[in-house]
Amino acid sequence: MVLVAGVDIGSLTAKALILEDSKIRAYAIIPTGVDSEETSKKVMNIALEKAELRLEDIEYVVSTGYGRVVVPFANKNITEISCHAKGAVFLFPSVRTILDMGGQDCKAIRCDASGKVLNFAMNDKCAAGTGRFFEIMAETMELPLEELGRLSLEATDAAKISSACVVFAKSEVLTLLRRGVDKKNILAGINEAVALRVFALLNRVGIEKDFAITGGIAKNIGVVRKVEEKVGLRALIAEEPQIVGALGAALFAKEALEQVKK
Amino acid sequence: MIIHYGYADGSGEYYLIVDTDKCDGCGRCVEVCPNDILELAPDDYGKVVVRVKDEFVNSIGYICPACKRRDERCENVCEHAAISYSW
Amino acid sequence: MIVAGVDIGSLTVKAVILRDNEVVATSTLITGDDAATAAKTAINEALKSLAERGMSVTLDSLDYIVATGVGRKEVTFAHEEKTDVRCDAVGARHIFPSVRTVVDIGAESCKVIRLSKKGRVEDFTANDKCASGTGMFLDVLAKVIGVGVEKLGELSLKAKKPAKISSMCTVFAESEVISYIHRKVPIENIIAGVHESIANRIFGMMNRVGVEKDIALVGGVARNVGVVKALEAKVGESILVPEGPQLIGALGAALIAAEACGTA
Repeated sequence: MVLVAGVDIGSLTAKALILEDSKIRAYAIIPTGVDSEETSKKVMNIALEKAELRLEDIEYVVSTGYGRVVVPFANKNITEISCHAKGAVFLFPSVRTILDMGGQDCKAIRCDASGKVLNFAMNDKCAAGTGRFFEIMAETMELPLEELGRLSLEATDAAKISSACVVFAKSEVLTLLRRGVDKKNILAGINEAVALRVFALLNRVGIEKDFAITGGIAKNIGVVRKVEEKVGLRALIAEEPQIVGALGAALFAKEALEQVKK
Repeated sequence: MIIHYGYADGSGEYYLIVDTDKCDGCGRCVEVCPNDILELAPDDYGKVVVRVKDEFVNSIGYICPACKRRDERCENVCEHAAISYSW
Repeated sequence: MIVAGVDIGSLTVKAVILRDNEVVATSTLITGDDAATAAKTAINEALKSLAERGMSVTLDSLDYIVATGVGRKEVTFAHEEKTDVRCDAVGARHIFPSVRTVVDIGAESCKVIRLSKKGRVEDFTANDKCASGTGMFLDVLAKVIGVGVEKLGELSLKAKKPAKISSMCTVFAESEVISYIHRKVPIENIIAGVHESIANRIFGMMNRVGVEKDIALVGGVARNVGVVKALEAKVGESILVPEGPQLIGALGAALIAAEACGTA
């Protein structure tokens, strides 16, 4: 029995995942907070508790994400791009194009059958198309974040939102609300603007099937459908889209361990 | 692998594109950059290639355009066409 | 000959009335939801001020009207519409005959225009899709800081050390500003940091088209002396700012109207 772990310290959430041979033994997700080092130990402990293991049982740990260099118990650190690709291919062996829509950034990755990254582009400078965008829209429209996707699917006539920019879009949304436009139609319009934006990012790296969407926004069915429309492919979505990075890190840990043992 | 460093915002797409398969780590582009935004570092697979320093990725559109008018710039001095601009 | 230029911006409408090539009246109003009505009202307001001085002119008796700005197509009573790039260039050149680079920072857009020695538009770059680099950026951050937008300029002049804002995105910059406020950083330093941020963005655009002296800054945001100083520091050159910088587009439109009438 080979036990390895992957730890993904993102800007908003931290994830730890324990792999036993080739199966996911346990995982944990907690907010990153202000102290990435402490958080890394905490999230690892929660995963260990769930698995009924101790840190000494884990033979190799790979860290990834924005806070990867401050994980004190990691043997190695690898960028989240490679870990994301690795994790996605493990879950969906046919995937070749991945769109990761996170809290504050958006990534497009193209990979080969072994999960090796061929082409990658990221956008973390602009809030358009990120979780932040949707949080602000939910607040502006006084709707719960989790309902945005479902409600948008009931739209009868999508409103035209000309900007993916959060600030301009918010202004347009307020004007539409004042004019009495149905919230569902506004949501559909927002999804269209976001989909156009992420489609441009995907085109940059090239689109090859199969196509997967990861990250928190994969849970918004409205955006997913709009992106699928633009891309022309069905999107594969993991049950827990947030742990793909940690899973990839754990798989890299397994590979590194095999190298060491040789 | 091909990495697009930069971003897209309302006014356009500004990326510095590095092909790590073509890059041999010679460092000529790093030397010629007047704003010191490039560095050589091992990628995830252990190969030493050029990358844009983290603190400059989000400023590519502000820093790099001026170089289009320079004779010596990263895209020109590379012998393998491993680095280029998106605009 | 009495002509009018009207600039329908996303936030404000500006009207300039020229009589025999001299500016005799101007007005600025909020655009609101109906561009055509706002344009009419703006011109009428300007004409009213003429009437108070004994000149009686009505909208119908104007010899020529040129419309510009984002809402120009809705001004159906205008004789002609011209792009804001063209009007900015003509207006700026009229005030500063030596100008070759015109930077226009408006409420929801920003642009940089490069002119030939003769004043023809050679190249330009514009942004109206991203709030950063526009008046909106300053609006949002001023609100968070808790000061009126018109106070930003004078407050920033007292700054000892501008607080660095690393995000260009308005939304992310907002978070950085909030964190500075919590850390009790003096607000003049925060404001100076905000101005530096917008100057960086504009400087990037200037680099894209290439900068030639002289440089002029127009548009509503040019009234913010802090932004002017920050941009001068970035570019390393002094920048010309006309009086009433938000009227330059309408002025250019009015000058084009005058030319169309034959009073060159």
